[in-house]
Amino acid sequence: MSEKQETLIMNGQSLAFRTGQTLLEVAEAHGIPIPTLCHLKGTSPTGACRVCVVEVEGARTLLPACSTPAAAHMVVQTESRRVVAARRTILELLLASGNHNCAVPSEENGDWTEFQLRVQAADQTDDLCPAWGDCKLQELAYAYQARSDRYPRTAKAGLPPELANPMIVRDFSRCILCGRCVQACNEVQVNRAISYGYRGADSKIVAAGDRPLADSDCVFCGECIQACPVGALVEKKARYTWRPWKDHKIRTTCPYCGVGCQQWLHVQDGRIVKVSGVEDAEPNRGRLCVKGRFGYDFIYSEERLKTPLIREGDDFREASWEEALDLVATRFKAVMDTHGPDAIAGVSCARSINEDSYQMQKLFRAAIGTNNIDHCART
Amino acid sequence: MTNSFNEFARAKMFMVIGSNMTEAHSVAATYVKNAVAKGARLIVVDPRRHALADHADLHVPLRVGSDIAFLNSVVQVLIEEKLYDQGFVASCTVGFEDLKEKVQAYPPETAAAICGLDADLIREVARRISAVKPMMLCYTLGITEHTCGRNNVLAVANLQMLLGNMGVACGGVNPLRGQNNVQGACDMGALPNVFPGYQPVINPEAREKFATAWGVDRLPDQNGLMIPQMMEGLVDKSVRAFYIFGENLANTEPDIRKVEHELASAEFLVCQDIFPNETTRFAHVVLPAAAWSENEGTFTNSERRVSRVRTASPAPGLARPNWWIFREIARRLGHEWASDSAQAIWDNEIAVLAPQFGGIQYGRLDGDGLQWPCPDEAHPGTCFLHKDGDFTCGLGVFTPVDWTPPAEQPCEDYPLVLSTGRRLAHYHTRTQTGRCDGMNDILGEETVDMSPHDAAGLAIAQGETVRVRSRRGAVCAKARVTDRVPRGMVWMAFHFREANANWLTNPVFDPVTMTAEYKACAVRVEKV
Repeated sequence: MSEKQETLIMNGQSLAFRTGQTLLEVAEAHGIPIPTLCHLKGTSPTGACRVCVVEVEGARTLLPACSTPAAAHMVVQTESRRVVAARRTILELLLASGNHNCAVPSEENGDWTEFQLRVQAADQTDDLCPAWGDCKLQELAYAYQARSDRYPRTAKAGLPPELANPMIVRDFSRCILCGRCVQACNEVQVNRAISYGYRGADSKIVAAGDRPLADSDCVFCGECIQACPVGALVEKKARYTWRPWKDHKIRTTCPYCGVGCQQWLHVQDGRIVKVSGVEDAEPNRGRLCVKGRFGYDFIYSEERLKTPLIREGDDFREASWEEALDLVATRFKAVMDTHGPDAIAGVSCARSINEDSYQMQKLFRAAIGTNNIDHCART
Repeated sequence: MTNSFNEFARAKMFMVIGSNMTEAHSVAATYVKNAVAKGARLIVVDPRRHALADHADLHVPLRVGSDIAFLNSVVQVLIEEKLYDQGFVASCTVGFEDLKEKVQAYPPETAAAICGLDADLIREVARRISAVKPMMLCYTLGITEHTCGRNNVLAVANLQMLLGNMGVACGGVNPLRGQNNVQGACDMGALPNVFPGYQPVINPEAREKFATAWGVDRLPDQNGLMIPQMMEGLVDKSVRAFYIFGENLANTEPDIRKVEHELASAEFLVCQDIFPNETTRFAHVVLPAAAWSENEGTFTNSERRVSRVRTASPAPGLARPNWWIFREIARRLGHEWASDSAQAIWDNEIAVLAPQFGGIQYGRLDGDGLQWPCPDEAHPGTCFLHKDGDFTCGLGVFTPVDWTPPAEQPCEDYPLVLSTGRRLAHYHTRTQTGRCDGMNDILGEETVDMSPHDAAGLAIAQGETVRVRSRRGAVCAKARVTDRVPRGMVWMAFHFREANANWLTNPVFDPVTMTAEYKACAVRVEKV
């Protein structure tokens, strides 16, 4: 790609750009916000939602910033009256297209309550949309003062959620067909499990010829959930449990394989309720697999060991730390005295933190006096 | 790994050997697939046509355990056809003549017979991997879990040095490590021959340095035992007390009956874990540990990146951090250790004692962590090793190796080869993933993966329960008939106790690394 520098005018400012950049990339590079819904960074632009439209002098229509290449001397307005009106219309059409019960009220139209009750019945909950507070559409609807009753609701609002899958709930009644999930599945994770199906008003994101994800090539990495800007794809375990305004995010490293993906632990009332990938972080850049995204709740299992145990015949009895540690030290000392330190051996844990392995080898070398310390290093 | 994950998406060519990356390291595999989508070349060398092979230009379905014959033969072609990097070999390596002589015994026709391949496919691989530079080589346990595992690794290294693919971005030898912190456990010296930072225990200066730091008069000067030797020592009583921290050996080691006999022979067994498991059944004392997300610390990933691990919720009941438990036992043995947090252990001990980590402090780990070597606090960390052909020991040493077959060969009674590994939705013995909602819905039981040809020969239908028997035991599971598995092979994992492949696997080990031959043993499949 050419590195040639050119300039264009955006909102009255002269901005430099490299040929090949889109208007959206130029705006982002200079800190000018342009709203997007369908744009998924790092994948090819689809121009599906049109929310990023901008006004370009000389162009017959508004142009989508995500897929319009920047050109020298272009004169661009990103928030003109015409742009704002167009975005509002787009958002109002999207709001009317599904069960977006995020309480964008209607003053003239008395059917809000009826709609709300119907949606809640379909969701089997008294709550608002599971994405409430973490929804790009909701955020933009407020920002552009879009109304939910400008257009009649379309038939898609009646589609039932797909609850049959492990891990992922698909709610077609809330899908805005932005296609980010398709990009995430095909271009980011390259699992090729979902694609666009049908045409026109019947359009739908489909897996395996419109079957549940469980019957498709889906590997439940959940990249599609992370990409979904609305409440159409939601973690089954977090649905109606995770609420973004109660959320406290903690960055950590995945406990499974050796890739070491960076995770956000979404903690609520002292419990992890959901996990997502840390965008723009090494080594995973937001990506996770099924284990990293959904394999966190073992720590809350009732089967956890909660107290030291000491063998008594064929069974164990509970013991205090004092008693258990004294017993270990006494028995170790006896073996060291009678058979020498090399009669003790230890296996460390390749799953636990560095500091634990350091400490265990130090115990064996410095306190017991043997190099009989190993772990599953080569398997 | 000599190189890093962020190089994957930019790489121009890959050879992936003995690595079912899409299941065992799925996020790493996404980068390989991204690179292929942008035009990178991919050669997958594996007996199974696993999912990554769907994205490959070439799939090389070599016979289980024939890797060295294949790699030596590729090297032979590269030398014969002068396709290797003569400049790199001349200036950065030693031992080329020995390698050249050794591989004369592996012309493609000879290797093809060992590997079950076409001789021309071997030539094709040599020509393709030398046509694009650099080539990134990735491997996993398909290379190491053999009685010739160490030699397999050397053969891989020989190939990459010969091609001059060392010390460059998007090249290198890249073993994807299985556990989140297996790299870290090695780095920390949880090995019988090295202190933290790979400083040999037989080196008197290293011993003196650590003895001073740890406040002891002397440290043991002989290499210790490796896991299989420890376990055999339980039976012959050379090992009287055994301390298992966070490992479910009763399910993960080959030949479960043998392993359980060894564990049952322990005079005193301490298990420190987060759940009761098949191994804790044999314990005399069980110590409850804090789990991931219940304490502060660090993990080190395959690319040597030290990243923070943080606390999200408290440990249940009386469970305590592992480092605290070890410190308490040391105290009872007469050793008072000053460090009273993971951060103190890292900042005040590890970073001070191991030169590779000298510049790594908790205060620098908040974002994406740091990749070692990172010798001082101004050092940004190291993305790829051996830059400009500068190897740890000066020049890169070619170590010629010969092919040796797996210890157990198929025979009339046991005509199939069982190979084992991991599946996507579960991890090891399922102590964790088995207790996560939904995981068992994705994969609820083990299967016996076998080829349509072998299934037809035994009149076995898809989903039919079959028995797999080796010289050591038998398990029953449903047949999963799939053309991803070649003729003559059966493939199983070790996630489920009842149908755990380790009832069948062969407890034979690489003589140097003591890694078990999980990838090959002889079995037969029977109708139930």
